[in-house]
This record gives sequence, structure tokens and C-alpha cells, in this order.
Amino acid sequence: MNEKIILAGFGGQGILLAGRLLALAAMKEGKYVTWIPSYGPEMRGGTANCAVTISDDLIGSPIISFPNVLFVFNQPSLEKFLPKLLSKGLLIYDNSLVYYDDRRKDIDVIAIPATQLSVELGDQRVANLIMLGAYISKRGFPSEGAFLSALKEVLGDRKASMFEINEKAFRKGLEYGKSA
Amino acid sequence: MAEKLLMKGNEVLAEAAVRAGCRFFFGYPITPQNEIPEYMSWRLPEVGGVYLQAESEVAAINMVFGAAGAGARVLTSSSGPGISLMQEGISYIAAAELPCVIINVARGGPGLGGILPAQSDYFQATKGGGHGDYHLIVLAPHDLQEAFDLTVLAFELADKYRNPVMIYVDGFLGQMMEPVEIRDPVDLSNIPPKPWAITGAKGRKRNLIKTLYLEGEMLEAHNFKLKKKYEEIAQNEVRYELYMMEDAEIAISAYGISARISKTAVKILREKGIKIGIIRPITLFPFPYNVYESFSDKLKYVLVVEMSMGQFVYDVDYGLKRKVPVDLLSHAGGIAPTYEEIVSCIMEKFGKGGN
Repeated sequence: MNEKIILAGFGGQGILLAGRLLALAAMKEGKYVTWIPSYGPEMRGGTANCAVTISDDLIGSPIISFPNVLFVFNQPSLEKFLPKLLSKGLLIYDNSLVYYDDRRKDIDVIAIPATQLSVELGDQRVANLIMLGAYISKRGFPSEGAFLSALKEVLGDRKASMFEINEKAFRKGLEYGKSA
Repeated sequence: MAEKLLMKGNEVLAEAAVRAGCRFFFGYPITPQNEIPEYMSWRLPEVGGVYLQAESEVAAINMVFGAAGAGARVLTSSSGPGISLMQEGISYIAAAELPCVIINVARGGPGLGGILPAQSDYFQATKGGGHGDYHLIVLAPHDLQEAFDLTVLAFELADKYRNPVMIYVDGFLGQMMEPVEIRDPVDLSNIPPKPWAITGAKGRKRNLIKTLYLEGEMLEAHNFKLKKKYEEIAQNEVRYELYMMEDAEIAISAYGISARISKTAVKILREKGIKIGIIRPITLFPFPYNVYESFSDKLKYVLVVEMSMGQFVYDVDYGLKRKVPVDLLSHAGGIAPTYEEIVSCIMEKFGKGGN
């Protein structure tokens, strides 16, 4: 396994957290992982992205120029990163917020109305977990157990009350991914 | 029991310092190292230590000077512009032969530059920075496990040689996360005593820590003493990694994040049949000149990869005794070299006839 994932969207959409959850869950599955944010003078509403590498081997460069998995949470991120997605790669995008015209015929695509589904669940902040659920159901990795344990760890005691809604969102994404 | 955690580089450095027995931190905020003071601000009080945000980097390094003089394990951290402000104090600490650890999470310069990663403080770290004849011991980890382990080592070396030690990383290593085995805390009762420290002179002769020697002979003697110490450090403390160098005909030389990126390039180039490896210094002072010299008859080409406009390359060239052609692949200002461009750099030169 050598998964090179870029997650991109607006600041505040939980992009960095989503990447961290994936990395931590994969680590719990015994993989080598790295997580690296694009950091800069960024603010809420600005762009945010991070790169997660999951591998069976030691990871040299943690920086990803050409991902094989791309999570897109807003339109500018689609325009910026889609040309870099490798052939046969996987695009997962929130089609409540992003318009995609199927211009690439050489990739797999999951379109999921993550923001709309999160609003239905009652908390727009969990759209990121819905996206992750869809990805994990497609890949079958990492396991639900590893993922939920990562979620619990990242939320910690301070945000433990957020676990339930995040788990619900994750399961919503899993379900959607299975039917997609 | 050692535990493995997914941690950010800056937090790894901070936790390692605490486990190495560091109980004092003085600093002033600057990106991209802010997670270090943030972490220390809650972590040090947990272990009975002191975290203090100084009013400037100038104040911070002089607080370090004081704590080091009192025999404490003490840390400060900053990035380029802040490290520049500390240079006067660093020169004084080196002159007074006091142990301390300074972390530079380097960003792009010169001037305010930017907050993105760079390796352009190499000259400053290894060739002085402040005034006078002195050296820091400079450690350059290339992944986070090494960052942890070298931080622990930094405190040991600082005490052993009574010399400031710099941990020199870049913003990528500071900001990235990867799994790290958090080693057990060092046994503080095993730290050798510091009879020279200023601890109150009750029942003993008073100690004096000073850097002023007005008489030429005294100052020269002090400088010769320091020189002898640096030679001893060069003798004992050189650390480096040879990566796939056994049968290498060409080499990449790089340190820190650039070396890590180069490892991916070397894997790809090896698959293409190129006999290539990496010479990676782990200590930038003392520099492994002898290692380069030992390869100077075996290599036909060396590519230096660094995130600066050509600083590290001088030491590589010097080590190779100018017997091997050396090229430089430079980036600056927050742009990292990609393994793809390293691969094509080498393939352009040596790819013909390869498979």
C-alpha cells in the first residue's frame, strides 16, 4: 500500500483534522504514515490543505506533488489539485459545494453531498467525517475499529461529547459509499 | 514502556526536551515553531519546571544564560529572525562554556523572509553567527524519531562539553506529524554534577562565570582551550548516515528534510539501475569531512540538495577535497525539492543506457 492523499478545502471545514484522523487510524493498523499541512498566513475561510501518506514502507518525502487520492471540499481546491491527481486515482468531492464536470475520464469519482447530509444530521461541522466514511467504505481501509479509536483519541476528554455526532456522520458516509 | 504516538515535530522536540530533564524554557513566539513554547507552557509546570515567555529573543537567550550558569537543563527555541537576535547571547554562552540547547525551526530568509520552511541558516548555525571564535554543536534530524533522540542527546552533549547545542530543523519537520516512540524519561539522578555552577557558595569556594579577559595572553589561552574542546568534539561526536552507499558510483548529499526527500529519489533511481546513495551528515558541527574524503576516490559525481542558495555545498566540496564534480540543486523560500526533480536531475546526466 502506498496511498498519497491530499485533502483540500476552506479553513474551518476540518480538513487538517480529517487528515490527522486518517493518518492515526492507519498508524493503528500498523502502517507507516506522515501528515503535513500546508501552513501559511491562513485564516478561517481561507484555503487549507494537508497531505497524508500511508505506506507499507518507510516514507521518504512527506510532501505530495501528485496524489492518488484527492478529497475536495471547495471549488478552488478542485481547480488547483485535480490536474495533479494521478491517472486511476480517486476523487472524492462534496457535491453540495463543488461542481465537477467529469472532465477526467481516467479516474474514479465519489460525489457525495456531504454538507447537505451533515445539515440533515444537525451539525454542518461533521461533513468531513462523512467524506472520510465514503472513502473508507470504498477502500475497505482502515477498519471501522481503528478509525473510531482514532476519533476517540483525537477528540480526547475535552471534546468527548462530540464523539456521537462524529460517529453518526462517519457511518452516514460509510453507508453512502456502499450504495454509491 | 515506550509508547508510539502520532505527534507534530515541534511537539516531539518539546516532549523530548522534558524527558531529557529540561526544566526551564525561555522564548518568544515566532512561526513555524510556536507549538514548542505552547507545549512547554503547560508541560513544564506539570513536571515542576518553569516556562516563561520573555519580552524578546534578546531577553530569552540571556535568561537561558542565567539558568545554564545555575546548572539547569535549559531550552530556548525560535526561528531565523529570532535566532539572529539571540546571537550575542549565544556567543557569550559559548564563551562562558555553559550548556544549553537552542532549537532553530528554520524558515525562509533573509530578513523577515517568510514563515515557510528553509535550510538557509546553515552558515549561521555552523560557522558562527555571533562574534568571536566559537562553535555550537549542531544536530540535524531528518525524521521525527531522530528529532526525539537527538534532542535527548543534545542535552547530554551540552553538559558533557559545557557547550551550547543547536537542533537545526526546518519548518516541514516542525509542522509534520508521524509516529514517534516516546522514550522513557532520563534518570535525573544520573546527570553528572556541575561543580562549576553558581548555586550559592555556601561551604565552598565561590564560582565565577565570565567572558571578559582583558589581558591578551589570558584571552588567547581561553581561545586555545576552546579550540582544543572543539577538536575533541570533532574527534568524538561526528554522526552521519550512509544510505545505499556500498556500491554507489554517484551520491546525493543532503541533510534534514532534503535528505529525507532524497531517499525517495534514490529508491526510484536504484530501480532504474543507477548506483546511487546518500551521504547524510547528522552532526553539521562537527562535520563528517573524513567520510567525504573516504569517498573522494570512489565517486564520479555528487549532487547536493539543499533548501538554500548554496551553503552546505561548501562543506561537501571541502570534504571531497574538490576531487569529485559537485552540482547543487537549490530551493528557497518555502519551496522544497521534490523527489521527481531530483530523479530527473540525475537521469539527465546518467540515464542514457540505463534500463
